[in-house]
Amino acid sequence: MNAEPKPKTAPGPARPHRQTESAHPASYVQKYPRRRHPHAAPGRASTKYLTILATLILALTPALALAQGYAGLSDEAAAYAPVTPGHTLRFPQDHQPHPDFRIEWWYITANMEDEAGAPLGLQWTLFRQAMKPGDTSEGWQNQQIWMGHAAVTTPTEHYVSETFARGGIGQAGVAANPFKAHIDDWHMTSQTNDLTEVTLAASGTDFAYEVQLTATGPLVLQGENGYSRKSDQGQASYYYSQPHYTLTGTVTLGARTKTVTGTAWLDREWSSQPLSPDQTGWDWFSLHFEDDTKLMAYRLKGSGAYTTGAWIDADGTATLLPNDAMQFEPLTISDVKTRQIPTRWRLKWPEKSLDITVQALNPQAYMTTVFEYWEGPVTVTGTHKGKGYLEMTGY
Amino acid sequence: MLAQTLRALLSHWKRRPWQAAALLIGLATATALWSGVQALNSEARQSYDRAASLLGADQYTTIAVAGGVPMAQSDYIALRRAGWRVSPILEGTYVSNNRPYRLIGIDPLTLPPNALGTAAIEGAEDLSSFLAPPYRIFTGPGTAEALANTGLPPFTIVEDLPQGTLIADIGFVQATLGQTGEITRLIVAPTQKPSRQPLANITQTRLIATPPRETPELASLTNSFHLNLTAFGLLSFVVGLFIVHATIGLAFEQRRSLLRTLRALGTPQRTLLTALAMELGLLALTAGAAGTALGYLIAASLLPDVAASLRGLYGAQVPGTLTLSPLWWLAGLAISLAGAALAATTSFWKAARLSILAPVGTEAWLSSELAAHKVQRRLAAVLLAGAALTTFSTHLLAGFALMGAVLMAAALLLPSLLSALITILARTARTPVAEWFWADTRAQLGGLSLALMALLLALSVNIGVGTMVDGFRQTFLAYLDKRLASELYIYAETDAQAEAIRTRLETDKNVTATLPIWNAEARFRDWPVSVYGFEDHPTYRESWPLIDATSTPWDDTATGTATIISEQFARRFALQPGDTITLPTPKDDWPLSVAGIYADYGNPTGQMLIPMPELLSRWPDVEKRRYGVRTSAAHAARLAETLTEDFQLSAQQIVDQSALKGISRRIFETTFTVTIALNALTLAVAGLALFTSLLTLATLRLPQLAPAWAMGLTRARLSKLELLRTTALALFTALAAIPLGLAVAWILTAVINVKAFGWKLPLFLFPDQWLKLTALALVTAALASAIPALRLAKMRPTDLLGLFSHER
Repeated sequence: MNAEPKPKTAPGPARPHRQTESAHPASYVQKYPRRRHPHAAPGRASTKYLTILATLILALTPALALAQGYAGLSDEAAAYAPVTPGHTLRFPQDHQPHPDFRIEWWYITANMEDEAGAPLGLQWTLFRQAMKPGDTSEGWQNQQIWMGHAAVTTPTEHYVSETFARGGIGQAGVAANPFKAHIDDWHMTSQTNDLTEVTLAASGTDFAYEVQLTATGPLVLQGENGYSRKSDQGQASYYYSQPHYTLTGTVTLGARTKTVTGTAWLDREWSSQPLSPDQTGWDWFSLHFEDDTKLMAYRLKGSGAYTTGAWIDADGTATLLPNDAMQFEPLTISDVKTRQIPTRWRLKWPEKSLDITVQALNPQAYMTTVFEYWEGPVTVTGTHKGKGYLEMTGY
Repeated sequence: MLAQTLRALLSHWKRRPWQAAALLIGLATATALWSGVQALNSEARQSYDRAASLLGADQYTTIAVAGGVPMAQSDYIALRRAGWRVSPILEGTYVSNNRPYRLIGIDPLTLPPNALGTAAIEGAEDLSSFLAPPYRIFTGPGTAEALANTGLPPFTIVEDLPQGTLIADIGFVQATLGQTGEITRLIVAPTQKPSRQPLANITQTRLIATPPRETPELASLTNSFHLNLTAFGLLSFVVGLFIVHATIGLAFEQRRSLLRTLRALGTPQRTLLTALAMELGLLALTAGAAGTALGYLIAASLLPDVAASLRGLYGAQVPGTLTLSPLWWLAGLAISLAGAALAATTSFWKAARLSILAPVGTEAWLSSELAAHKVQRRLAAVLLAGAALTTFSTHLLAGFALMGAVLMAAALLLPSLLSALITILARTARTPVAEWFWADTRAQLGGLSLALMALLLALSVNIGVGTMVDGFRQTFLAYLDKRLASELYIYAETDAQAEAIRTRLETDKNVTATLPIWNAEARFRDWPVSVYGFEDHPTYRESWPLIDATSTPWDDTATGTATIISEQFARRFALQPGDTITLPTPKDDWPLSVAGIYADYGNPTGQMLIPMPELLSRWPDVEKRRYGVRTSAAHAARLAETLTEDFQLSAQQIVDQSALKGISRRIFETTFTVTIALNALTLAVAGLALFTSLLTLATLRLPQLAPAWAMGLTRARLSKLELLRTTALALFTALAAIPLGLAVAWILTAVINVKAFGWKLPLFLFPDQWLKLTALALVTAALASAIPALRLAKMRPTDLLGLFSHER
């Protein structure tokens, strides 16, 4: 059903530290849902990125999906809760899962330094995907699937791990009070029901980390009060962030344990609708500047290209980045695995007098998970200096 | 020229159809028995391999509850949340139309890559429909067909899945088996996180990890069983080759003049040999094809018994139908060709060295008897020396080598022995007829010796196996009486129910004791050992089948410093009462002295007894669901009925002693069904060997009989003497077979059994068996010589006279 099988990743000495516990789902689903992106578009053969869920639905209703394309999927999506403008997000309730929606994540990235001042980054992600709307039943019959991704990136190394879990059996899930999101032994834990202070831990066969995050600013609602538009055709998600975390903790790489400090960024997003079928991937930036302002900007690629994001002041006030306001220009293309991926970018937002160069800390920060993508820390120079994270799919 | 030569050679068989039949039947039977046994073995091995590769049991460490009962799903979750990369499996039996199916539940999201061992399972549609109602079941084509329209979820056909296996989502399987929240075992992914906590920190002593096996567990457990089959197959093959050798040798002698003539007519030696080889190849292929087909029939008819034995002994699931590869058929033809080539070596050698100028005559075949005996005796001595060497090896093959060497040496010594016997008997001859009789018997020995050897082998193996089987039956029944001392055996649903039953039984005045049968699984030097706790009760002291012990085994053991171990355990590690072992337990490395050794027939793994308090202190989480109940035999049935009713027990949960004994007995009976069947076939082949040898010799012998007839012995008298001669030779052979059979029995019970199964069988003698077999041998011999004798009796005098006018 996916007419564009990706070339197999060439194994070899250059391969990053990969540890896929469960590799075979790769063949169930060739592509992976992206981070702040709920909406993989499953309908057409040309669509590049599919979510597990979308593929599952596709498989369940192949005739529908293939014959009717987008319209058919819209019908299918109708069973899930819709994302509508004007909805008010509530906290701490919205830290919890939204099983009525098809897809959701708790996504944290962090830029850190070790004792010697060497830069490194980490990623911690928990994805939830529903095979059936609103299922909260106990036991194996629960139709929610959970997936965790974790990574640590240094200038020369990239450590990756992933794991999968069924809902309803206790292997993965999110608890309300105190807040705890977990899959296996990975967790994001608070002492209370909010996300002001959280402990974050994950591990693989060759790395582990445990860090404490402290929010120094308010939650930020993305888009229009948390309603984040993804296309001109109405695709959208509910989306809020906590970009103001400071971080302390330890990172263990192989046998070395480092004490680290830094900043972290949480994205929370949930939705039911797929991406527009003419969108084939994205380039996504979340940047911390030295003056404590932040920028989130992304570009959905393809014929239905759409750019958006937010400028976040030090006090947390967010300004929407309108479609087409930001210019994205790849400067350096790197060979990553068998792909050509831009690892140095120029971003310009004339209204904000922003003209920056974004450089990957480690151009080989490729996630060799079942659903592959590029994700790693970046450094920023130009009109604004700082660091952040970059995620790219569709290459 | 080759074609003409070949035609000339083949014309021989047209004139002697019986001889052709003998050759073909001999070779076909040999091939049949051999390839039949191979088919049985390969079928069983294939199913072990399939079962083993299923879910990667051959690649992955597994975690399960000691003793094989289900584990709680909460332990699985606890392990995942402690960083263990494990995947749950729930396995159970699904019964449809009274047929059991192996139903396996998996969680595809955590299953290690390729653990299903088949690519067919890994498609997108499969996963989606697999996880969600109405679910989907993966199974093989035959099983899907058998289960069509039974209300199960839709099937996805996966060719490689073992027969009778159903794979579905663990959620579906838990619901179907009524085992919500239960897991049979966990598959441990090959790469684990160093940060995970040790198993014992998370699940205490509840779970044990078992590393993957290089060879499937079933394959190694059943290895001795299959080696046994192979040995008997090989024996039958060898017996068959005796026939072939005899027939080919005879045909060569009969055609000596033909070969000479052909050479004299200008046929080059190379052409002659090529023609001979082609003739042999043709015969071997014909016999091989027939034999392989026959082998298929043998295998197909024995397979249900083999499958039953394997299931009963080892719990191995082997399908009841044969699926043979083309390779197997080719192997059948190849073994036939190889056998024929082997059997024809001497004849070829002679043909190659045939001198055109040599005088025509039946020379080597019947003459130089004594020289041959000398060679045979030397060979036998070499074989016996080799046999002595095998005692240094502990390998099972050495046991079979010993048996093979002893049997072959005995067979080789037989002609010398019979010759000596005839010499002695000839001295008692008082009349010329008697003297002629013995002299002629000795002269005939050369032609019959191979057939007699075959008979000797078949008879002695029959005696040996018969002695072993009957001895086993006798020992086993006595052993069962001791070992299954309790009148009732209860296996409760839960520990709590077991406790309730126990409380109830304690109030029953007809119940003299309720003995817990609780055990943990341990490993002693990497060998699986079941550790049983016992409550000090006269039942054990009085009836436990101890083979060897210190003076006070039960008192020693009760102190917690000693143990009583099974014979397999003792033999495997060469332990004797008084020795000390160190048993690794979850709590400590426990030093124990061996206080006694008991018989534990039929168990492939080790066993040991320790006092119950020691078991509970070291393995506190053992399952406490099994009890033996001591009561009067009369009360047992009534008690079983009441308990079944009050506690809603199923038939499997409460078993009375007699039923259990019945089950055990049946398992052991089927174990030997195949051996006995192969034995009977071997005996039949030996009878055939005798028959064909006599038949082919009959014509050859006429020149020796004609003078006796001419001197006044009537044809009727002559044919009676012929009958008597054959019967006498068979009788001597049968008598020789008895001590040889006992030697075989000793090798089987004291050498092979110990090496294969780890226990020794006491040797009992069954003289009635010997009588029966001797009688059978005599009847076979009489029947075999009946046709030639009748022919002789009815031969026209002119034919006999004619013999004198023919050139010999």
